[in-house]
This record gives sequence, structure tokens and C-alpha cells, in this order.
Amino acid sequence: MFGKGASSSKSMEIIGSEKKISVLIVDDDPIIRKIHSALLSKFTKEIQEVKNGKEAVDLCRSGASFDIIFIDKEMPIMNGLEATKELRAMGVNSTIVGVTSCDLSSERNDFIAAGQNQCYEKPLTIEKIKSLLSELNKNN
Amino acid sequence: MDRNHLKRQVDFMKRSLLDQGYLDEQFIQLEELQDDDNPNFVEEIVTLFFNDSARLLQNIEQALVSGPIDFTRLDNYMHQFKGSSSSIGAKRVKNECTRFKEYCTAGNAEGCFRTFVQVKQEHAILRTKLETYFQLARQAGPSGTSGGQVR
Repeated sequence: MFGKGASSSKSMEIIGSEKKISVLIVDDDPIIRKIHSALLSKFTKEIQEVKNGKEAVDLCRSGASFDIIFIDKEMPIMNGLEATKELRAMGVNSTIVGVTSCDLSSERNDFIAAGQNQCYEKPLTIEKIKSLLSELNKNN
Repeated sequence: MDRNHLKRQVDFMKRSLLDQGYLDEQFIQLEELQDDDNPNFVEEIVTLFFNDSARLLQNIEQALVSGPIDFTRLDNYMHQFKGSSSSIGAKRVKNECTRFKEYCTAGNAEGCFRTFVQVKQEHAILRTKLETYFQLARQAGPSGTSGGQVR
């Protein structure tokens, strides 16, 4: 299709269009899920969404695996920190990225202690994703 | 050309919404996510927000008027509402939410009541302005909202 994907092919270059990155979005706010999903779809088509920590844990427990898990901190039933701890305890090796609407500096330690690789303030932006992905590429 | 004139109007309206502080950079970010696959993305998000926020505001209103005030509960509701507001770039609404939360933390019922009136007002004003904005954008045709061009 003409002109379609002009911007997404540019973003795909960052992760290499051969490599398919799978991501999981964990957030109780449907608006945030929609925004982050649209954002990430510039970089990959393999996106799943769940609405709380428990669903994320259940999904991984059932065998699903992801390259990156974006996990909101404040969620009902099971919050981001608890879910991260459970996922790590289960042996999940995905890159886990915390996303929070609170003051990040005071929470950074909590995130890292729980087993997260990185954390950002909500909402995610194209720039944040680009820098995250290029960091991941360097480490691979 | 009529279309160009409409597009200029759309850009102008957006510029003034930004300048007057009704919207912030996050709104521009959302426009940058709009593309051929998602041509109405921003309007969809904003519609979702206003549907969702009506419910949240009702919850807050209920919590304020029914019996002794549970400030923690109020704060939690407002936290959600603030998060949604900031995700669409609703700057003034977000600022009122911050003030409301401060009154919650201080256990100041009077302050909460007063600020809540402001929250609802800013919410209603923004809703009207964005309705007008999207109407104009639709008239201007596809890519009537030029993502990222108005800086």
C-alpha cells in the first residue's frame, strides 16, 4: 500500500526488520493500554495486553513468553512490583520495564529490587521506546 | 484552496489550545502515533477518555457527598483520573487534579469540594473545545491534524 508504514519501517530499522520483538503490556487503564499499544506497534506487531499483574503472571505461566514486558506499577488485584517478583520467581527472563505515574526517583529502588531492568514515567513516548530498544540491541 | 484554509484553522486552534495551557506536549505525542493504519487515533483516545472520566468523576462526587469522607479512597480515584488526564495531555485538568490530591493528603474536605468544582469545570471546557477541534479536523479531511508539524 502506498505510503503505508513509512514511519514504522524507519522504527523497524532500529530493531532490525528481521528480528521480531514480542511485547506484553500490563496496565489497568484502557487508555494507557491503547496508547502504549499504538506506540509499540510502530516497532513490532507482536503485542499482547492484559489488565493486571495476575493476568500477566497467568499468561506467562501458561507458556507465553515475551521479549519485553511493560508493567504498570499501580494496578488492582496484583500490582507491578508483586507481579515482577512473581515473574522472576517463575524464571521469566524477559526484559521487564516498569511504568509508573508516581514520582520515579523515589520508586526506582523498589523497581530494581523487584527485578525490573528499567523504569519509566507514564506515559511512554516514542523517544523512550527508541532508547530502550537501542539499549537492548547493544546488550544482545 | 478551501482545504488548506481549513487545515490552517485546525493548526491554529491546536496552537492556541497549547499556548493557553489546555493541552500539553502529550497531545502532540498522540498525534504522532496517528497514521494510515490508525487515522482517527487521537479522536478515539479522547473519546475513550471522556467516556471513562465521566464514570470516575461520578465516583468522586459520590465519595464526597455520601457520609464521612474517606480521603484515601478519594485520593485513589483522583489518582486514576489524573493519570488518564495526563495521558491525553489535558494539562489544566491535570493541574486541578494535583491540587485536589494535595487537599486529600491534608484531609481538607473544604478544599476538596472547592477544587472538585474546578476539576469538573476544566473537564467540561476541554471537552467542548476538543469536540470543536475534531469537528474542524474532520472537515479538513484526512491528515487534517498534521502530527508533529506545529511546534
